[in-house]
Amino acid sequence: MSILVFAEHDNSTLKADTLKTVAAAQAIGGDIHILVAGSNCQSVAQEAAKVNGVSKVLVADNPAYEHQLAENISLLVTELAADYEHVLATALTTGKNFMPRVAALLDVAQISDIIAVESSDTFVRPIYAGNAIATVQSLDSKKIITVRPTGFDPVATDGSAEIVAVDSVTDAGISTHVNDELSVSERPDLGAASIVISGGRGMQNGDNFKLLEGIADKLGAAIGASRAAVDAGFVPNDMQVGQTGKIVAPDLYIAVGISGAIQHLAGMKDSKIIVAINKDAEAPIFQVADYGIVGDLFDVLPELEGKL
Amino acid sequence: MKVLVPIKRVIDYNVKVRVKADNSNVDLANVKMAINPFCEIAVEEAVRLKEAGVATEVIVVSVGDKPCQEQLRTALALGADRAIQIETDEKLDALNIAKLLQKIVEEEQPQLVILGKQSIDSDNNQTGQMLAALTGMPQGTFASVVKVEGDKVNVTREVDSGLQTVSLNLPAIVTTDLRLNEPRYASLPNIMKAKRKPLVVKPAADLGVDLSPRSKLIKVVSPATRKAGIIVDGVDTLIEKLKNEAKVIS
Repeated sequence: MSILVFAEHDNSTLKADTLKTVAAAQAIGGDIHILVAGSNCQSVAQEAAKVNGVSKVLVADNPAYEHQLAENISLLVTELAADYEHVLATALTTGKNFMPRVAALLDVAQISDIIAVESSDTFVRPIYAGNAIATVQSLDSKKIITVRPTGFDPVATDGSAEIVAVDSVTDAGISTHVNDELSVSERPDLGAASIVISGGRGMQNGDNFKLLEGIADKLGAAIGASRAAVDAGFVPNDMQVGQTGKIVAPDLYIAVGISGAIQHLAGMKDSKIIVAINKDAEAPIFQVADYGIVGDLFDVLPELEGKL
Repeated sequence: MKVLVPIKRVIDYNVKVRVKADNSNVDLANVKMAINPFCEIAVEEAVRLKEAGVATEVIVVSVGDKPCQEQLRTALALGADRAIQIETDEKLDALNIAKLLQKIVEEEQPQLVILGKQSIDSDNNQTGQMLAALTGMPQGTFASVVKVEGDKVNVTREVDSGLQTVSLNLPAIVTTDLRLNEPRYASLPNIMKAKRKPLVVKPAADLGVDLSPRSKLIKVVSPATRKAGIIVDGVDTLIEKLKNEAKVIS
C-alpha cells in the first residue's frame, strides 16, 4: 500500500504544514512518496527528501506548474494516482482548490479536512463549523484526502529519500495566471505561529491594529483578525481566522475585541490557552477563554505591551 | 450569456447545532434553515452580472427534498429568473451532487456557473471543483472579484498568502468567497413576484446518475468542551498566569 503526499511550497521552500500531512500519512501506514510540482522547484525537492518516513520524492518541474493552477495540477496528480491507494494534500488553499478536481476525475469521493486517522479507510473530520465531529468511512477504492494541519504534529526532517523526476507534462490550456498580490509580513506565518494575537470589530479601525503589533513583536506572535475586522476593511482577508478563513491552534491565542461568534471559534478553539480581552463581560468568547480580562482594550493593550 | 447558480438549503448560520443522543448525526428537527451564506453571495453575483448587461438569464438549481423550494423561491426573489429542483430525499455525497449538476449544465449550457465555496454544514469545499472536473471547465475558486471580458473571465482568488488573479476560458466555474459582494435583501413585491416565476421539479432518479453513496457516516459526536476559565483582575495577574500557570510565555 502506498501513499502520495502533495507538497505545499512556493517554488523555493517547503511549507512546514506538509510535515503534518506526512504525519497523517504515517498514521494511515504505508510507503510514503511526496510530489513536488512547480517550476524551478529543485530546492523544495531537496527539502522534501529530508522529510522523515518518505521513501521517494517525485519532482514535476515545469512552467505549466509554476502557479499550481488546479486545471494542470489535477491532471498530473490524477495520472500519478494510478499507483497509489491514498493521495493526501494539506487543507490549505492550494490543496482545497485542486484535490476535489482530482477526486472527480478519478470518480471517487474526497474526505476533506481530516483531523485524525482511525484506519486506512476511516477518518475524523469536523462539520458544522467544528460544532460536531464526524467519523467517516470512505467506500471508494482510492482515498482522496485533505488534511487539516492543526490536527497533526509535524514529522522530523532527518530522512533521505531518493529524488525522481516526473517527465510527463499536463497543461490543460484553459486557464492562465495573471498576477499575485501577496501580503508581506516579517511576522511568523499565522498557521504556524505558536502565539497568535487577533483583533475584532472592537479594534474600531485599521490604525488601531498597531496596538497589537508591539505586543506581537514582544511575543514573537502572528497577528490575526475576525471576519468582522476583515469585512470592515481594517485588515486584509488573509489574516482572517475562522470557519472560512485560517484554522489555527497555537499555544496561546489572544482575542482582542472579538465577541466569539460560532464562525470565529471554529478557527481557534483548539488553541492550547485562550485569552480574551473584551469590555463586554457577556461576550461568548469568555466561555472558551482560559483567562479573561473585562476591560477597554485601549487601556489594556498599552499596559500589556509595557509590562511584557 | 446564461448563468447557472447551484444553491443549498442548510441550517441557519446563527444556530448552534446539537448532536443527537445516539450519535447518528446532528439534530436538525425544528431548526431554522436558510440559504447557505456562500450560495447567497453566488446568487447576488449572478444578479449583478445580469444588471450589468453581461448575463441574460440567471437559473438557480438545488438538489434536495421539497423544502429546498423555499430557498429556490428566495433566490428568485433576489432576482433569479427561473429555478430547478433536483428532487431527492437522500443526503448525497458532493461527487453525486456534482454529477447531478453536470446533467443540468449539459442541458442548459450556461457560460458561467457560480457556486458557494463551501456549505456551512458539511464544510466540504468540493462541489464547484468537482463540477469543473466533470464538465472539463476551468475553475476560479474562492473568488473575491469576477470580471467577464469577452470569451474569458478574470477571477481574483483569496489564497493563503494574499490574492491571486487567474484568467479562465469560458464556459467556467466560479466559487464565491465572503468578500465577493454583499447580498441584497428581497423586497416584499419581489417575494410576491417570485411566487409566479417558473420552478421545475426533476426527480434525481430520472437524470441517469448512479447515486450510490461513496462514504458512510459512522458516528457524530460533540467536540471536547473546554474547561471553564477565569476572569483575572488585570494585566499583572494575566502575565503572571501565562508565565507560571499556563507556561505559554517566558
